[in-house]
Order: sequence, then C-alpha cells, then structure tokens
Amino acid sequence: MDHGILLASGNDIDFMIHGLFSYKLFGHEVWITTSHVCILIVMLVLMGFSFVVKHKMKNATEIPGKFQNVVELLVETLDGMVKGTMGKNAGKLVDYISTIFIFILMCNISGLFGLRPPTADYGTTLALGLITFFMIHIAQFKYQKPKQIWKDMCSPLPPWLPIWFPINLISEVAVPISLSLRLFANVLSGTVMMALVYGLLSKFAIIWPAALHVYFDLFSGAIQTYVFCMLTMTYVNQQMETETE
Amino acid sequence: MITGEDLILACSAIGAGLAVIAGIGPGIGQGIAAGHAAAAVGRNPGAQGKVMATMLLGQAVAETTGLYGLLVAMLLLFVKPLL
Repeated sequence: MDHGILLASGNDIDFMIHGLFSYKLFGHEVWITTSHVCILIVMLVLMGFSFVVKHKMKNATEIPGKFQNVVELLVETLDGMVKGTMGKNAGKLVDYISTIFIFILMCNISGLFGLRPPTADYGTTLALGLITFFMIHIAQFKYQKPKQIWKDMCSPLPPWLPIWFPINLISEVAVPISLSLRLFANVLSGTVMMALVYGLLSKFAIIWPAALHVYFDLFSGAIQTYVFCMLTMTYVNQQMETETE
Repeated sequence: MITGEDLILACSAIGAGLAVIAGIGPGIGQGIAAGHAAAAVGRNPGAQGKVMATMLLGQAVAETTGLYGLLVAMLLLFVKPLL
C-alpha cells in the first residue's frame, strides 16, 4: 500500500497528494488523486448519516430519544450560529452554511481516521472560496442598486473620482484567495506536522501523538471551519444588509 | 563540486527558512489579542463565551499572514519552482 492514503505508512516523510490513475479528457491528462478518494469517503459517510437521519426522523417523537436528541442538538447549534451572525437574513443561508460546516468539519477531522484531509488540497478549498465569492457578488447585485455598488467601489473618494476603484477591485478578488488559502494552509500545516512526527520520530511516536492529533485535527480543524463559515456569513450579510438603507 | 542545481537547492532551503520568519508577526498579534481578551474577561467575567469566540475568530484571521510565509516555504522546499 504505497499510495499514501495511510499517512503513517512507510518510513519516509509522506504528506503529498498521490495520483492513483490518469485518463485523457479532451486531450488533457486528468489524474484521480488520493484527495478524490478521501473526499468520496467523506461524502459517502455524510450521505449515509443523512439517510439514517431521514429514515429515523420519519417517526420522530415528541419526547426525543437518544439519536433524535443528538440530531436536534446539531441542528439547533448550527441554526443558532447562523442566526447569531446574520440576524433576519439567516433563513436564506442557513441550509448552505450548515451543509458546508458539516462537510468542512468532517474533511478536517478525517485526518484522525488515517485519511489525508481533502481540505489539505488547494483544489478543494479554492472551490469553496469561489462559491463564497460568487455568493457575495450575487447578493450584491441582487440587493443593491448599481449606483450604490459603484459608490462602494470608489468608497473613500467621491464616485466621480474612481482612483480607488482598482484597489477596491483587488481587495474584492483577494477575498476568495485569502479564505481558501487560510483553510488550506491551516489543514496542510497540521498534516505536515503529523507526517513529520510519524516520519522522523517513528520509533518514539507511541501514544503522545494523540495529543497532537487533538490539537491539529480537532481543535484547529474546528476553529478553521468556524472561521470559514463565519467569514462567509459576514461577507454575504454585509451585501444583504445595505438593502434597508 | 557545486553545480548550479545544488546552489539553487541550497538557496531554496535558506529562502524557506527566511520565509518562515513571517511567523513572528502573527505571534505578536495573537498574543496582543489574547492579552486584551484576558483583560476583557477580567472586567466582565459574564461575557467570557463571547469574548472567547471573538478572540479565536480574530486570531484565526491574523494567522493568515504567517500561513502565507509557511506556504512559500513549503513551495520552495517541496515543489522547487526555481529548479
């Protein structure tokens, strides 16, 4: 098993993405990598969980049982988080934010189960960042007048003097890049640290790496998930709120 | 005999080491954030949860610049763009 799905396999340091097999698509060579496999595993686990939840919640009871309690706790926590940040606009985004929260969290903590976290691949996080980018700008064009958008883009100076326009444009483009790089680099740094510990200290890495796993996979992963969702909500809410002014 | 390739590899390693110095900034920034959060909790212990969440969010955002340095170091060490 030298595909590197198992992080601790082999004696050398191995945290890279490995290609499993390639195929030709419109003349380009496209690789199926370990990231695809890991993301499929995460998706299958989440799909299985949602099927079980759907099946169980068909005969939900007034007084929740054990499983129903857990699911209700999950939904209420996510609802509360979105409501606390977005206020009256929460209903529009709560489905998306909850989905992406659970997905990123599962991706980040999949390092605990011997997978290479799919969010440690820039392709995954760039896709998430681009979704946020397009949501921001769709909300902007939906809820604001073009005049207001132009005024915002020239913001410190008056609208007839668009000297700041290119600078504001760059800061708009920087949003998805910084969002995706933040998530990617955090998860990657955790992956690299664990690979270094297992690769270089493989003789001594007996029980204590568990503490590092708790920090790098659970704590850091949960914080970064929270930050990603929080920033997405803040950015989109910013564009939605100017509607009332 | 030092070839050009060796020189580039050595300089990439040095550059990676220099790039990780970027970690100083976020370290200081996170320390300041944590210090002010501690002061805020001292003044108003009831708001501990909110202060904690705000502090962690701010720290995670401040961490980004340091992570850029880390990324540059990783690129220099493992992708070897100059070679």
